[in-house]
Amino acid sequence: MWRVSEALGRRGFLGMAGGAGLAAIAGCGADGGAAAQPKQGGRLRAVYAGGGAKEVLDPHVQSLFVDIARHKAIYEKLVELGPDLRPVGRLASTWEHDATATTWRFTLRDATFHDGAKLVADDVLYSLSRIVDPAVPERVAQSSLATLDLKRSKAIGASKVELVLTQPNAEFPALLAGIGTHIVRDGFKDPAKPVGTGAFRHVSFEAGRSLVASRYDGYWDEPARIEELHILSADSEARATAVQGGQAEYANDMTATFARTAEAGKTVRIVASKASTMQAFVMKVDRPPFDNPDVRLAFKLVADRQRLVDVVLAGRGEVGNDLFGKGYQYYPADLPQLERDVDRAKSLLAKAGLAGKEIEIFTADASAGFVEAATLFAEQVAEAGVRLKVTTGSPQTYAKDLLTKGAIGNHRSGAMPIPQYVTDRLLSHSPFNVTHWRRPVFDAAFAAARAVTSEAERSAKYGVLQKTVRDEGGILAWGLPDYLIAVSAKVQGVQAVPPNTLDQGRFDKVWLA
Amino acid sequence: MRSYAVQRAGLAVVQLAVLSVLVFVLTSLLPGDAAEMRFTETLTPSQVAALRAELGLDQPPAERFVHWLGNVLTGDLGTSLISGGPVADIVRDSIGATLVLTLTTLAVVVPLAVALGIAMGTRENGRLDRAITSVTLALSAIPDFVIAVVLVAVFALKLGWLPATWVGGDLLASPALLILPVGVLLGRTVCLLSRQVRAGTIAALNAEYVTQARRLGVPRRQLLLRHVLPNAAVPGVQELARTGDTLLGGVLVVEAIFAIPGFATALVDGVETRDVPTVQGLTLVLAVAALLINLGADLVCNRLVPRTEALR
Repeated sequence: MWRVSEALGRRGFLGMAGGAGLAAIAGCGADGGAAAQPKQGGRLRAVYAGGGAKEVLDPHVQSLFVDIARHKAIYEKLVELGPDLRPVGRLASTWEHDATATTWRFTLRDATFHDGAKLVADDVLYSLSRIVDPAVPERVAQSSLATLDLKRSKAIGASKVELVLTQPNAEFPALLAGIGTHIVRDGFKDPAKPVGTGAFRHVSFEAGRSLVASRYDGYWDEPARIEELHILSADSEARATAVQGGQAEYANDMTATFARTAEAGKTVRIVASKASTMQAFVMKVDRPPFDNPDVRLAFKLVADRQRLVDVVLAGRGEVGNDLFGKGYQYYPADLPQLERDVDRAKSLLAKAGLAGKEIEIFTADASAGFVEAATLFAEQVAEAGVRLKVTTGSPQTYAKDLLTKGAIGNHRSGAMPIPQYVTDRLLSHSPFNVTHWRRPVFDAAFAAARAVTSEAERSAKYGVLQKTVRDEGGILAWGLPDYLIAVSAKVQGVQAVPPNTLDQGRFDKVWLA
Repeated sequence: MRSYAVQRAGLAVVQLAVLSVLVFVLTSLLPGDAAEMRFTETLTPSQVAALRAELGLDQPPAERFVHWLGNVLTGDLGTSLISGGPVADIVRDSIGATLVLTLTTLAVVVPLAVALGIAMGTRENGRLDRAITSVTLALSAIPDFVIAVVLVAVFALKLGWLPATWVGGDLLASPALLILPVGVLLGRTVCLLSRQVRAGTIAALNAEYVTQARRLGVPRRQLLLRHVLPNAAVPGVQELARTGDTLLGGVLVVEAIFAIPGFATALVDGVETRDVPTVQGLTLVLAVAALLINLGADLVCNRLVPRTEALR
């Protein structure tokens, strides 16, 4: 009845991808042999985009990259995501499930909390109950873990935990790798006194400014090489000057413009995770004119993707094929790239009666490149005889406004497993269904696919669904931006992997040459 | 004098009340609220709705304002909608850096502007006057952020003499952090202030009492310090109060560029996250400070040249 999850058979791939990342770094830097010998000791200061008073120390309440990085230093999850967004074990060394993927057993690693207590099954059960507590709505993983039935879940001895779901889900391990799913100590109450199993111990924290942490020598994985870790908050300009001026050694999420200047000098190196996020235009499939499939196809055909990538992303990215998750597990790589065809777009638009008409595109300066992309796209659409009028909204509320406002707008997505993207955005009741893609048949097919325990079979079913979205849906994914990190020349061991994956911001792996 | 002070205090209370209402109404008019700002794309709409209820944002605005006002009158600035902690803590944590920055700037700018102003005023239209005028005018004409970027590029990134940003820095450990930000703020304030002192000096030097004193053979040094400076300082002191406003605008830019975790940064964060109680609390503190500074300036002028009171 029990079978070991296939996800665990993928170590080989993980190792390979890690190696490729290191090779990419060696290619960028001029450090020659220095990279070969990891050194012990030193202080690393990493700067992330800040969130002021919004920043939190509670690992179950997080949404900012800076929070995620801080919590990752102190806490760990049962499962993490590999470079292709496939689940890999962390505090859970292995897992298995029943024939229907409804009951799951996770075997825990021999890990120790910073206070000396051993990690046991009760810590896991307590952590999960803390996350799904309905009295605290800001615990982020609440909705993704909604199908977890804690009443029927239990500890099997100290080092094994059985988790039961209310419906089959072969993707359950990936859900345990989501945002805000860290394992805390049984009875953990005060987030201001963090005790985790991670590679660093908490020393001090000031929201909007800094986390200071020190190496934890009892870390179950190889203890960190650096002695002290500072994770600081600063906006993009300040991150740039800090890493250039030697006041920080690691700056997260840098712009393409900065990367160009930095690469011209010698003090800073850029570590680029290629094509690891997505930029798209999203069309609402239930609103005119995009309720007409011909119009959606025409817009996809008229987009000059390469030019958008060259101009808006300053060339730091790849063209997209109207699908999320290129290079990730389950991505249908065999689908041919959609090529630009202005003549065909023109005739489709004329057939739809849109020739010479004006359509509004709703955008905002909510994310780098949104307004630029909309403006440039308007020029491209004009070539097919339709005027696209650019209107801008409030940057802070744009993501939410777009759910209800406008017929076409901008969308970007960070890295996450493809099934999670579908769950969040492409089902009838998805909370962030920005294209209004609501098809009960699609919902049912997705639920059925997710319950299939054979990965090959599941992958094939997901592939069909993704092709439908690409051909008929409202996502015009024009570009896949690189994710850029700047490090000072002496920093070694930083891997080029997508955000939200295990080896992103692995400060226990870096060293100072 | 006393009735004047009472009148001023009464006016201040009315000004604060109007300001509070205005700030509340304006922040309420911004799109979105704190519940949405807290998690834009990680919380589902139903979680946001639950959070909104928890934060009391589903209450009518008037009710929330009255509640806030009641707290303020008892000395409680309320609770941040974002951090969940007291607004007073945010004020306390952010005011230090800004105070150090503005006080250091004032400590440098006052003697500098007075010295420059007298040097210029006593040599009206001379070579030195024209040289200083050109430099200070040029400095005040260049926007703060341009000065800042140039200073950072030259002294921090190129020469490596000074730290480029406060990120990763500690003021106590490296006071050099202050030099570039204060430099930028000086560029903004020294011109206006020294012009006022210059004008005051020229006016005083041309006044009949100075001519008379000269005739009586009062030495030049004594003439300048005893007779000219106090009169010349009056427009300067009033300008200094206005410099408070200018400095606040400058601090906003400087804090952003050098990533200084100060008052302006906290205020901008508060507005961006629709944290109404924090915005309210911070503006209230700022307004009280501005009122006190202006009152202080009036009293200082009064002390310098007592006759101005009679003129009111």
